[in-house]
Amino acid sequence: MAQTNEQQSNETVKQTESKQTVYNVQNLNLWYGEDQALYDVNMKIGENDVTAIIGPSGCGKSTFIKTLNRMVEMVPVVRTSGEISYRGDNIFDRSYAVEDLRTKVGMVFQQPNPFPKSIYENIVYGPRIHGIKDKKTLDAIVEKSLKGAALWDEVKDRLDQNAFGLSGGQQQRVCIARCLAIEPDVILMDEPTSALDPISTAKIEELVQQLKENYSIIIVTHNMQQAARISDNTAFFLNGELVEYNDTNTLFSTPGDKRTEDYITGRFG
Amino acid sequence: MESNPNEGNKQQSVSQRIQSNRQNRSGLMIIESLVPKLLLLASIISVLVTVGILYTLLSEAITFFTQVNFFSFITGLDWSPWQGRYGILGLVSGTMLITVIAMVVAIPVGVASAIFLSEYATDKWRRILKPILEVLAGIPTVVYGFFALTFVTPILRAIIPGLSFFNALSAGIVVGVMIIPMIASLTEDAMSSVPNEMREGAMALGATRFETTVRVVLPASLSGIVASFALGISRAIGETMIVAIAAGATPKFTLDPTQSIQTMTGYIVQVAKGDAGFGTTIYYSIYAVGATLFVFTLIMNLLAQFISRRYREEY
Repeated sequence: MAQTNEQQSNETVKQTESKQTVYNVQNLNLWYGEDQALYDVNMKIGENDVTAIIGPSGCGKSTFIKTLNRMVEMVPVVRTSGEISYRGDNIFDRSYAVEDLRTKVGMVFQQPNPFPKSIYENIVYGPRIHGIKDKKTLDAIVEKSLKGAALWDEVKDRLDQNAFGLSGGQQQRVCIARCLAIEPDVILMDEPTSALDPISTAKIEELVQQLKENYSIIIVTHNMQQAARISDNTAFFLNGELVEYNDTNTLFSTPGDKRTEDYITGRFG
Repeated sequence: MESNPNEGNKQQSVSQRIQSNRQNRSGLMIIESLVPKLLLLASIISVLVTVGILYTLLSEAITFFTQVNFFSFITGLDWSPWQGRYGILGLVSGTMLITVIAMVVAIPVGVASAIFLSEYATDKWRRILKPILEVLAGIPTVVYGFFALTFVTPILRAIIPGLSFFNALSAGIVVGVMIIPMIASLTEDAMSSVPNEMREGAMALGATRFETTVRVVLPASLSGIVASFALGISRAIGETMIVAIAAGATPKFTLDPTQSIQTMTGYIVQVAKGDAGFGTTIYYSIYAVGATLFVFTLIMNLLAQFISRRYREEY
């Protein structure tokens, strides 16, 4: 395993924590048409960790997180090389069904995107398409997921109302609940609070702390304070490269790379 | 100094030049005040035409109803004007038959093409298919009529023995083909305007593309889709040339598509071509039939508005 410095430091992080690896990203390159967006990313992500991905706009952090559940392929001209293994299987394998991956790896987006249906229908959408049809189970899932997303008390009396009638922060928690309803293994969050007010942001951050008991969470944020507050490990991306990846305290107190230091001290970005 | 406002004096500052130009533009203000009046006039024209059409329809239809009992008109099954029998249901059944056959053809094919174009097609396919659909929409209906009579009917007669030469089936199918582009393109518009975030939301839960389409995109665009159906039905009810050519001219209260029938529009054409003299009861009957047609399309449009409001998923 004698490779780059970054990787060795990653190894040490992981060894000390001796956790199971959820994702192992190896030599990941990604192109949008002719433009390369990710360069040789190597990264291991541990179970029940909150992993924050930070970096300035356009650094590839959103692209990276969308690659983890292959949502990036919604753009038709995307090409990748390298490997991402999720729980030991390469997700780029021809035989790997992308729907299986996305059933295990939930995602919360930058803009809350509930379906234009009732709150109840939003939550049961996932279970339904995966074959769970009986009303009792679905009712239980709705309650459990909404409680898990810290939204139950606010909406329990109006589950049949359109989710679009909720506030932005509540909509985002509907999306989190929708994601919890199919009991995923990993939750990807792509700047989940960037469209929200500070109070809703605080609620979501608190929620992330609760969710990490049961889920591995990878969160993209452009807010460094947020990364420092909620994450165990932080990865700093710049111009499509993973510059530094370390446990959050170390990365913010003694950054190993000059560029990381410049970024977290606010010298650019 | 201010002789030519367009050139101005290059020595003056920009603000001075703008000032002096503005003073020379009083003529523009007159145009400015005239423009809304002209625009209003243009929009009133279509209102006036509608009112005029309604007036002619109703006044002539009222003359008709002084000669023929209104109740026997709307309940009668036998439309034999030359024998003095005016039972509108004999024509309505023909129109209904054509409309149902047309929608059975147009809705599945139209929606399926819309789903393909909006959810599956690559840009390349879309660039090839959409113009072809639009060409289909631009074909004159008289061409469709002869297509029905000389191409579709012989094929159908080979399959269905005993099919009469003029029949509702062939005309209905071809009316359906004519409506496909309209349903496809309006449905595609409705589906494409569903934000991509919703597709992403569903696909991130492990939904396949088809599950996403059926459970998220279609419900979200339902109001637009229903509106396209309503427009399609209105076109089928009002379609004239295809049915006049291929469906026959024998009004009959029947649900059998293999028979020769006549639609309301087909009857109006027949009379208008000169089968009956001006001022006769038959002449006035076309206005009564026209008014009935108008009522049908009006009901269709109201129904469509109601349905699309009732089932709208706001986003």
